[in-house]
Amino acid sequence: MSLLSLNRQLAVDFLVDFVREETRKFGFEKVVVGLSGGIDSALSAAIATRALGSAGVVPVAMPHADSDPASLTDGQLVADQLGLTLRTIDITEATAALARALATDDRVGLGNVKARVRMTVLFEVSRQESALVLGTSNKTELLLGYGTLFGDMASALNPIGDLYKMQVFALAEEMALSARVREKAPSADLWSGQTDEGELGFSYAEVDEILVRMIDRRATNDALVADGFQLDLVERVRSRVRGAQYKRCPPILAKVGLRTLGTDFLYQRDWGR
Amino acid sequence: MSTNRLTACIAQLSPRLGDVEANLASHLEAIGEAAAQDARLVVFPELSLTGYRLRDLTYEVALRRDDPVLAQLAKETRSGPDIIAGFVEESDDHRFYNAAAYFSAGRVVHWHRKVYLPTYGLFEEGRFFACGADFRAFDTGLGRVGILICEDVWHLSSAYAYFLQSVDWLAVISSGPGRGLPEEGKEPASGKAWNSLLIALATFFNCGVLYCNRVGWEDGVKFWGGSKAIDPFGEIRAEAGQVDPELCFVDLDPADLRLARINTPIRRDERPDLLKRLLDEMGQ
Repeated sequence: MSLLSLNRQLAVDFLVDFVREETRKFGFEKVVVGLSGGIDSALSAAIATRALGSAGVVPVAMPHADSDPASLTDGQLVADQLGLTLRTIDITEATAALARALATDDRVGLGNVKARVRMTVLFEVSRQESALVLGTSNKTELLLGYGTLFGDMASALNPIGDLYKMQVFALAEEMALSARVREKAPSADLWSGQTDEGELGFSYAEVDEILVRMIDRRATNDALVADGFQLDLVERVRSRVRGAQYKRCPPILAKVGLRTLGTDFLYQRDWGR
Repeated sequence: MSTNRLTACIAQLSPRLGDVEANLASHLEAIGEAAAQDARLVVFPELSLTGYRLRDLTYEVALRRDDPVLAQLAKETRSGPDIIAGFVEESDDHRFYNAAAYFSAGRVVHWHRKVYLPTYGLFEEGRFFACGADFRAFDTGLGRVGILICEDVWHLSSAYAYFLQSVDWLAVISSGPGRGLPEEGKEPASGKAWNSLLIALATFFNCGVLYCNRVGWEDGVKFWGGSKAIDPFGEIRAEAGQVDPELCFVDLDPADLRLARINTPIRRDERPDLLKRLLDEMGQ
């Protein structure tokens, strides 16, 4: 049995309870989630809908003129399946205005601008709707740093951040999300023809088997090679995990005082909740 | 040994982090409900009055032994069921303990300070708490009781110390996080281990086990509940769910203690002198 296998029903029960409790104890009844048409946002939205009901989930599609049209139609498919009314905010103009002002013309730069425009949209909808922004980054991409800092990585709570991509697939199946969304190639859709696996240079199925050993079981490179994984891939993965650590941390503060936020001023976010 | 039946209420609550006032209110509500159901003992989870991941809140929610909050719980036991509750205790010399008290007949009958403070993985108790120094059994109207707080259980010598003192009931209170969701089984991996340990304790030591674990979330950490009562034969007699707060009632018969000890007279045959000799030789 794969180390990635998990009790799907129990996982869904726990994640639903997580969204319900961590939303309501901060005085909110709703979450807002960007629906990309992909499996991560579909699963996050499905968990939230089970937790808060369809009135408790505000789904937002944020297409760009260059987006694959299927992203929007698949986002609509997810919203329809969950009984949600999709709000669509086109980000073409906002992205173009920023790109012009910044003289950004490379695809990575434009991809980051798009991701941060979408973040801006979600946090403004959050304010308008009194809804917490629901995260859609999974554990695989958080570990690999395959996301935009303060862009798609920004959220108030994230039910899938401790699920590897293959576990996302498993729970999406458990929650009976549409086969179309489950079976298409994962893509950030930041430029035409982009796929996660093409850009990363390895498959989720393979990297997840490495990551679950490296992270959850603290496997050394030697142990991973003994398990049959290629050393160059193992080293590349480990290097990416270390290189992306900054993306997973709040900004560092220079310690001057006796008690410094995050260092020795230690309170949970759920303080008093 | 008491001949009274032990009707217990295991109060699987979800404490609010750092809000003693709100938690006291939920305790009083549970005590009222337990009393209405004729429970003679209400068991609350570890740090039930404060929540678990306190960190710097430890110093802000700490109670002295004469704190009015504890006096209020004591007062409830003048006419109501006995109570076991968890809180942060501040000593006269300003050490902070992860503590529990047994309240009965209007006063505290026993104080327990957690001995084993987990400081690894997601746990950081050793950074904030001082550790307790002993496992003392005490007598109640319901029999002889020993209190274990969470990690205490994972050190077999803790329950063994109570066994040597011939406890009837082990009260185990915890804020146990669920970790790992294996495909097989009906609870997190950590919960499965807990169940094995608790059943083993009841079986090894011919005593009943009342286990109260909290539910709820603190910053993404889920406390997995699964509170339960185990009889002296090692059989689970009542069990709570893993998600919601609930009051779990159980009726344990002290006659089972007698039968279990006739069936397998472990305590009678136990040779602690062998252990003492070994420890002496080891210079422990």
